[in-house]
Amino acid sequence: MKRAGFTTRWLPILLLLPQLAVIIVFFYWPAAQAVQSSFYLEDPFGFGSTFVGLDNYTYLAQSAEYAKIARFTLVFTILVTFFSLGLALLLAVKADKVIRGAKSYRTLLMWVYAVAPPVAGFIGLLMFNQSWGPLTELAKSFGWDFALGVNSTDTAAAMVLVSVWKQVPVNFIFFLSGLQSIPKSVREAALIDCSSAMRRFWDVTFPLLAPTGFFLLIINITYALFDTFGIVDVLVKGEPGNNPLTLVYKVYVDGFRGNDMGGSSAQSVVLMVLVLALTVVQFRLVERRIHYT
Amino acid sequence: MAQVTLNNIRKVYPNGNEAVEPLSFSIADGEFVVLVGPSGCGKSTLLRMVAGLEDISEGTLSIGDRNVNHVDPAERDIAMVFQNYALYPHMTVRKNIGYGLKNRKIPASEIEEKVQEAAKMLDLSQYLERKPSQLSGGQRQRVAMGRAVVRDPALFLFDEPLSNLDAKLRHQMRIEIKALQRRLGVTSIYVTHDQVEAMTMADRIIVLNSGRIEQIGTPAEIYHRPASTFVASFMGAPPMNLIEAQIKDGRVVIGGETPVASASGQGPVTMGIRPEDVEIGPTCDIPFTIDIVEELGAHRLLHGKLDGQDFTIHISKDTEAVAGPIRISINPEAVVLFDTKTGIAL
Ligand SMILES: Nc1ncnc2c1ncn2[C@@H]1O[C@H](COP(=O)(O)OP(=O)(O)O)[C@@H](O)[C@H]1O
Ligand SMILES: [Mg+2]
Repeated sequence: MKRAGFTTRWLPILLLLPQLAVIIVFFYWPAAQAVQSSFYLEDPFGFGSTFVGLDNYTYLAQSAEYAKIARFTLVFTILVTFFSLGLALLLAVKADKVIRGAKSYRTLLMWVYAVAPPVAGFIGLLMFNQSWGPLTELAKSFGWDFALGVNSTDTAAAMVLVSVWKQVPVNFIFFLSGLQSIPKSVREAALIDCSSAMRRFWDVTFPLLAPTGFFLLIINITYALFDTFGIVDVLVKGEPGNNPLTLVYKVYVDGFRGNDMGGSSAQSVVLMVLVLALTVVQFRLVERRIHYT
Repeated sequence: MAQVTLNNIRKVYPNGNEAVEPLSFSIADGEFVVLVGPSGCGKSTLLRMVAGLEDISEGTLSIGDRNVNHVDPAERDIAMVFQNYALYPHMTVRKNIGYGLKNRKIPASEIEEKVQEAAKMLDLSQYLERKPSQLSGGQRQRVAMGRAVVRDPALFLFDEPLSNLDAKLRHQMRIEIKALQRRLGVTSIYVTHDQVEAMTMADRIIVLNSGRIEQIGTPAEIYHRPASTFVASFMGAPPMNLIEAQIKDGRVVIGGETPVASASGQGPVTMGIRPEDVEIGPTCDIPFTIDIVEELGAHRLLHGKLDGQDFTIHISKDTEAVAGPIRISINPEAVVLFDTKTGIAL
């Protein structure tokens, strides 16, 4: 391969500068700020701040409410990840069988991807409208008196449902292209070697999809943890009440509603550590990922 | 081991393309049949219908005494070797070879025994723990063979299994596959577009052309008695010479004068003659002009014009020749005559 070289040393640095500037201004600087303010107690009325050391963190560690939200976030993340991956895989396997239809299928499902999270949340809000939402009606026909925003289990169910709905298309596209990149002849060889479709799926198709699956797992966990903010925000209507919250939403509620900048920052730092851990896991997996040739 | 019978098998793809026109033939138990023809003539389609990977549009297929039209590929008691090997990339060589057995509820100890045996037969014993990506092309080909052999099926199907290998390996594998098939005595259908493979491996050759059978015969029959100009020019390198000639008074004449063979009838005819059935020498009767001498070491090919038409002569390395006018004679025994319009042998 031919490599293009730079004649001066300054040009590459100059070209990198805008990108570096963006990263520093929008990522590292706020992150550093968050770490710093997590050690301070800020006066709610803006009259300066006091250094309190690790107080914000010890408070978090002892807070029963925070533990409850963390537990909910864990369950929420597991449910959203499991269902959006599972459903997408199921759909992709079905779509893959009718490869011809795959294109229209793909666009049909893909448009959901273009919906911004708050809009998805808003659509969810409409679907679950107390008096005329079609999903409320549906739930009612099963004898389930669905009360979004009032009953916390119902709100949680709606949050999971909308989040899954929003994420399925992304996973679907990845799974479908993963499936379609499995050589036709390999599947045909399996067809000759094994008469059970289920067994073929678990023995051949699934392992060959594993790299895609690992990648999507990380993406989905990150999505459930962070990107569902807009959905949660719309569904709980900014009124936490006894509604379930995710950790990210709690950061927002404490920081911007409760004006507890220190506590909110400490929570942010906890989340940052979480992201860091996920990233490490992802890189480890990518490193170990088997490259089939 | 089994006999295979295709009865009026036809394939029309959903897009309306008729890839295989209704055709029938049967293969004897233990026979090695090669389907040969140019790319796109329907060889793979035919083979895949036998394998069950493609629906049979019309006709009946039986393997052994069983009609298998609607039998799953895994239940047809066949094994197939694919052009790109189609190994399971995530499985070791051992698992690749054993996978088909595992699904047939064969005890693990027996599988292991059979895998070892197949691996030994194919020189794969020290690679059993490797993944396909850690093997060379030839070794992958062997694993694909192992996967087929270990199953001890009624029928082997090969779809251009050697076309991804380099020439030397191809030659070696050709001999190995043939020897293996002889030893195991498994009925085989082998698809290739390479006429050399067809000639060297087949007990019987089936020449296909755009979804139709042109000829079925032993390699010698196909080579020496082609049923059509298509077969004549497809089989053999260089192909058979085809010369437009006339039949006059019971003789085939080229260019209005030189009689080369006797024939019945009257009028235009296409005369076929293999390049090696032509001799050169000063006492010969037909004038010929050499344009190019192609030196091939073991022999030489003389390309030139006979009665203004392209013509190739094969001579041994001991016969000298230079470009320019010479005289040739054609072995009348070896002449094949074809209908000029239809191309079918007379
Ligand atoms: N799935 C398909 N749908 C429509 N036409 C096909 C399909 N597969 C193959 N064909 C066509 O059928 C003909 C025979 O194909 P194939 O059997 O693959 O030829 P070969 O193996 O002899 O090269 C070709 O014209 C090819 O384009
Ligand atoms: Mg083919």
